[in-house]
Amino acid sequence: MRPLITNAWFNRIAAPVGVATFVLIAWQFFCRQRGIPVYLFPAPTDIALKLAAEWPSLLTALMSTLEVTFEAFFLAVLLGSLTAFLFVQSQAIAISLYPFAVLLQVTPIVAIAPLIIILVKNTQVALTICATVVAIFPIISNTTVGLAAVDPGLLAYFRMNKASRLQTLIRLRIPSALPYFLAGLKISSGLALIGAVVAEFVAGTGGRNAGLAYDILQSGLQLDIPRMFAALLLIAVTGVLLFTLMAGLSHLALGHWHESGMGNEK
Amino acid sequence: MIMAPDGFSPPTLAPLNLPVVNILSADKVFPNGTRGLAPIDLAIGRNEFVSLIGPSGCGKSTLLKLVANLYEPTDGRIVWWQGNFSRVGESGRRLAFVFQDATLMPWSRVEANVRLPLDLAGLPKTAAVPKVASALAQVGLTRYARHYPGQLSGGMRMRVSIARALVTEPDLLLMDEPFGALDEFTRNKLDDDLVRLSWERKLTTMFVTHSLYEAVFLSTRIVVMAANPGRIYAQMTVDEPAPRGDAFRNSDRFAALCRDLSRLLQAASLESAVADHDEGGR
Ligand SMILES: Nc1ncnc2c1ncn2[C@@H]1O[C@H](COP(=O)(O)OP(=O)(O)O)[C@@H](O)[C@H]1O
Ligand SMILES: [Mg+2]
Repeated sequence: MRPLITNAWFNRIAAPVGVATFVLIAWQFFCRQRGIPVYLFPAPTDIALKLAAEWPSLLTALMSTLEVTFEAFFLAVLLGSLTAFLFVQSQAIAISLYPFAVLLQVTPIVAIAPLIIILVKNTQVALTICATVVAIFPIISNTTVGLAAVDPGLLAYFRMNKASRLQTLIRLRIPSALPYFLAGLKISSGLALIGAVVAEFVAGTGGRNAGLAYDILQSGLQLDIPRMFAALLLIAVTGVLLFTLMAGLSHLALGHWHESGMGNEK
Repeated sequence: MIMAPDGFSPPTLAPLNLPVVNILSADKVFPNGTRGLAPIDLAIGRNEFVSLIGPSGCGKSTLLKLVANLYEPTDGRIVWWQGNFSRVGESGRRLAFVFQDATLMPWSRVEANVRLPLDLAGLPKTAAVPKVASALAQVGLTRYARHYPGQLSGGMRMRVSIARALVTEPDLLLMDEPFGALDEFTRNKLDDDLVRLSWERKLTTMFVTHSLYEAVFLSTRIVVMAANPGRIYAQMTVDEPAPRGDAFRNSDRFAALCRDLSRLLQAASLESAVADHDEGGR
């Protein structure tokens, strides 16, 4: 066992935690020293107290946002990978559909969200559609690149051994695409959350009362700034957890071959 | 001869007196008009180890790919000891091709990489596993069966690639500069193993190399090729009995054979250059 200070993982956690602690203490000290009112800029303890006191209603809002996020993420992964499979099956399909995927990607979601929310009766469904639109592009583009980025030598080997299309897909294309797909997941999970929050903002102004974004809107109107911060904190923590989850998944799936393989190449 | 229960039968060997494959005036003109190969006549007999050597661009890889049925000959035929195949993908023979790169699947363990051709042929795992174990033992990698390719050295990866070829018990083993990317020391070790395997497994091999020492050490017959257009310039037999080893490598006879081959190569390369010049003048 090596000493903790030289352990890379320990440092990767300890260093940012140190920074966070410092910032929190400075923030607390600053607010209290200057006597800044809570409704202008709350100290960390005010936010923490708020979080504890209003936990049940905040949790309900969080659950609502998470539901949209996960539904959208799931749909993005499903539809995105299917689209990517279509793209690599035929050049014609890829050429004719890719511009629309790009179109979807470059159009700001805030601009389309009101339209979707008006067109789709069920708000929950509308929110999920918005978040899916935001989250799907990295899955499509990464998986497409991954499915196409097959080692030509291996492809020749499969062909020489008269591998069927299905065998080539399952044994060669999908494993080759996995690292690209997982990188796409990492980006897409964060985007699903962003998409959900943005869509909730748009829907919230139209009177839909659920989700963290709506909570932030309402708290703003009522000058309940600590609650605003608390909701913001929950969104940030959710984002970080999602990212960590995807990074962990990626490590679990690839750790043994990608890292060892790439380590050798250097 | 015992048939495997799954229809993946043991190899059907050519009779000793017949060639495994007979290349009859087969040539290759690429779609872009490049003549890769002038008509070639070459017969490969059972248990022969035939090396192809010659200046780069003389069509060694093209010839191997013709035999592997990866290319169709533009004219002429390639006849196996039984029947003829000239349409891509209809080879009745069992061929194994080893490339310069090991071309392993980085996401699969060594044992799964070696099992790949059997898996693709639909052999049940229970039947494949002992074959894999025996192939790995033959290349000395039993201890590394559960490693990933990324954890192995270049020489070891090439051994895995050879094991993957041996596991199918090929009628003909085709190797295109398999050790070209390896250092001299590793290459010699792999040559030693290949000579031993050829002897033990009664392999029939076509082997492309740039090293005349390697060609002399491994081959029963060396085909010297010239370029522009790619053709056979000369042939040379090496009738040193197996098993060959360092004793052969250090012998005067080996040195003499290398000198002979070197002269042939110089002449072939001169021919290629002359042809080059002629073509330029046209
Ligand atoms: N796919 C191809 N299309 C056109 N020309 C090719 C192709 N493959 C090889 N050639 C040409 O055919 C000749 C023989 O190539 P190759 O068999 O690769 O030579 P070697 O392996 O002996 O170096 C070369 O002049 C090369 O440029
Ligand atoms: Mg070549």
